[in-house]
Amino acid sequence: MDRGKPGALVIGAGIAGIQAALDIADAGFPVYLVEREPSIGGRMAQLDKTFPTLDCSSCILTPKMVDAGQHPNIELMTYSEVASVERQGGFFRVQIRKKPRYVDIDLCRGCGDCAEACRMKGRVVSDFDEGIANRSAIYVPFPQAVPLKYTVDPEACLFLTRGVCGRTFKCKDACPADAIDFDQQEELVDLEVETIIVATGFDLIDPETKPEYGYGVYPEVMTGIEFERLSDASGPTKGQIVVNGEKPEDVVFIKCVGSRDPHTGVPYCSRVCCMYTAKHAHLVRDRVPDANITVFYMDVRAFGKGYEEFYDRVKHERVTYRRGEPSEVYRRGDKLVVLAEDTMLGEPVEVEADLVVLATAIVPRRDVPDVAHLLGLERSPDGFFQEADAKLRPVDTSVDDVFVAGCCQSPKDIPDTVSQAKAAASSALRVLVRAREAASLRVRG
Amino acid sequence: MALKTAQMAEQLELFGCIQCGKCTGGCPVARKTTLNIRSLIYHLLVDSEMDVSAHQELWDCTACFTCVERCPKDVQPAELIIALRGELVESGRIPETVGTALMSIFRQGNPSSMAREDRELWAEGVEADLERAKQAAQEGCDLFYFVGCIPSYDQRVQPVARALMRVFDRAGLNVGTLGTDETCCGNEVRRMGELGLFEMLVEENGEMFRGIGPRQIVTTSPHCFNTFKNEYGLDGVEIMHYTQLLAHLLEEGRLTFGGSVASENGDAKIVTYHDPCFLGKQNHVFDEPRAVLQAIPGVELVEMDRNRERSLCCEGGGGRMWVEGTNLEERLAFQRVEEAAGTGAEILAVACPFCLLTLEDAVKVRGLDEQMQVMDIMELVDLALGEDSEQAATS
Repeated sequence: MDRGKPGALVIGAGIAGIQAALDIADAGFPVYLVEREPSIGGRMAQLDKTFPTLDCSSCILTPKMVDAGQHPNIELMTYSEVASVERQGGFFRVQIRKKPRYVDIDLCRGCGDCAEACRMKGRVVSDFDEGIANRSAIYVPFPQAVPLKYTVDPEACLFLTRGVCGRTFKCKDACPADAIDFDQQEELVDLEVETIIVATGFDLIDPETKPEYGYGVYPEVMTGIEFERLSDASGPTKGQIVVNGEKPEDVVFIKCVGSRDPHTGVPYCSRVCCMYTAKHAHLVRDRVPDANITVFYMDVRAFGKGYEEFYDRVKHERVTYRRGEPSEVYRRGDKLVVLAEDTMLGEPVEVEADLVVLATAIVPRRDVPDVAHLLGLERSPDGFFQEADAKLRPVDTSVDDVFVAGCCQSPKDIPDTVSQAKAAASSALRVLVRAREAASLRVRG
Repeated sequence: MALKTAQMAEQLELFGCIQCGKCTGGCPVARKTTLNIRSLIYHLLVDSEMDVSAHQELWDCTACFTCVERCPKDVQPAELIIALRGELVESGRIPETVGTALMSIFRQGNPSSMAREDRELWAEGVEADLERAKQAAQEGCDLFYFVGCIPSYDQRVQPVARALMRVFDRAGLNVGTLGTDETCCGNEVRRMGELGLFEMLVEENGEMFRGIGPRQIVTTSPHCFNTFKNEYGLDGVEIMHYTQLLAHLLEEGRLTFGGSVASENGDAKIVTYHDPCFLGKQNHVFDEPRAVLQAIPGVELVEMDRNRERSLCCEGGGGRMWVEGTNLEERLAFQRVEEAAGTGAEILAVACPFCLLTLEDAVKVRGLDEQMQVMDIMELVDLALGEDSEQAATS
């Protein structure tokens, strides 16, 4: 990578950040791709299939992750955070905080012997698997991780939390490459870049803000993203849709959980739930052919290319769409009961369920205020980053040469995210090309 | 009687409704009567007139406000029911029993057709405390106790108020109260649609409160608590339900138990707690009643499946104590006591005078009284206080 050239910083390495970084790098400019987590990939890596084409999400994402990892013009900075940003004339002086992995990534071969040996094996909740599986205290979040390097979880590791693991370090003993280094310290790296793309992604609303649905009380009530991990063929259950050890006979989907709800501070539509719920219903039909599948909805918004057709297809797969936002979930014997008014019938109905999936709202990431403060970005009333103009400057921000892409600007699906990432890359490239021209003019004098 | 709908639809901001049905879906009485609030809202929006008196099911609403709590668009469906009841009240087309209750409140300050001068009969055995408290109210006091109509007059609920007086004494609290001068808070008056009378009560009681000038008001009933807290505009005054005060006293160590509610053989009593709508759903007081129960020696607290925000209304609120509704056979209280009995509870604890009456009645009707007692939390506290409890005093 030619550090002498004008370069870009991309914050967040989900599909938006990866795509933007690849476009800029392919045009010949250096890119620093910073990711808070140990691997790039973001939310898309957690998904099973993608609507409306039913492509396997990781099958289309992994090649892009590998490209980003191997690109000569991209420097991956995973398990790292932006510590400070300072504007100086035509460029930004940026400090990156590289958190200690306690693993030397130049030595680690990704064999996993350490995780096998870890005393905490199977006892640490996997964030990546949304709590439906456990891992060790030393881990890669998922098998296709880039970089495929292990990381010690400082909140779970016995040595790092209690100062003692055992007579010897199990992981160190097991590592054939001698890569584990508990003396590793946080590192600060200084960069200079001409442009920044913010692609920090989203969070999902805490489903317990809707206590009427019994999330956290009933193990049979889960969120859409948890369902993704459950149905993922390469996930913890190998794609078996199993609840309490059994295939569910009755499955109920509840849409708009938190979305379109000024009462919970989420007045907007999350834009992807209608389609991923249709996809989930399809996956249940695929894996549990005899299941009774009910989707409770207020409106069905199938606006994208091929979306209405996908919704039609799913309905033909014996999925019952009932209009009405359920009001409550409770237990009756072995079953859960979903209580709703079927507004088409104009009657209250009780629908039994062995599995209830909540399509929870997309909300701004917890760290949006911090990132906004670091960069001086403005936020829209819904909490997401504010674009300079909703129609005509959709990827520009309130700060010159800083652009946004993906769900940190507003909820959106993968096609829109990738489009926006490419638009942000194009805008960033304009800055980079101008900087290069200015530099060559200076050289020529 | 044809109501012109446009003005009401606008006043109540019904145009924001997206007809999602979450209100009717969660409405505990919609499952057993023809009341459908989502449909009523729609009719208000699309019809130019409504024959309100044809909707007798309006009197089925318990004002549990589950619809209001859960509406994603903040439409406040229950307020439409109150407004429509208001139309019926104004035209005089109301169930006779509702009229009797409202008239009694207007004349005697209580809904039970009892004489005002009998309002302090509840204090039998704690007369000295009552006299001190009346004196304190006259001189102005920091802490004011609002007894409420049902605890004042209903013999089943009176011990709850007496026990609370003993707790005040025991914790060394200088509390004021009014005795016969106390008048209905109006919470159910508003919910029955008698808005004029409600405004009058707010004015009178508000003036009374301002005269005494307490910093804190504590109530026996979640219903009085609700209206004082949310509808009286008593700025700067802390309104507390008694379970909140007790939880605070216990936490500070100002109240300790000398006795226990355990069985004679020492086994803890299995207790389950029913969240009252006006305390739980509507005011989010979930933890304090449980904290009090858990502090009582000899209590083993178990939860019903439907608890906290998902508690099932007992059907005693919103004026339903004075009107039977259109489906008396399937009472929610029946369902609720079956749920409670299903936990194996020996005691179904409540924190509301209405819940105490409706659920105790249901326990008897369902023949569950051999296995399960309904008790107010205050009665359990009283039992565990030891020597100066009501039981100790009467035995």
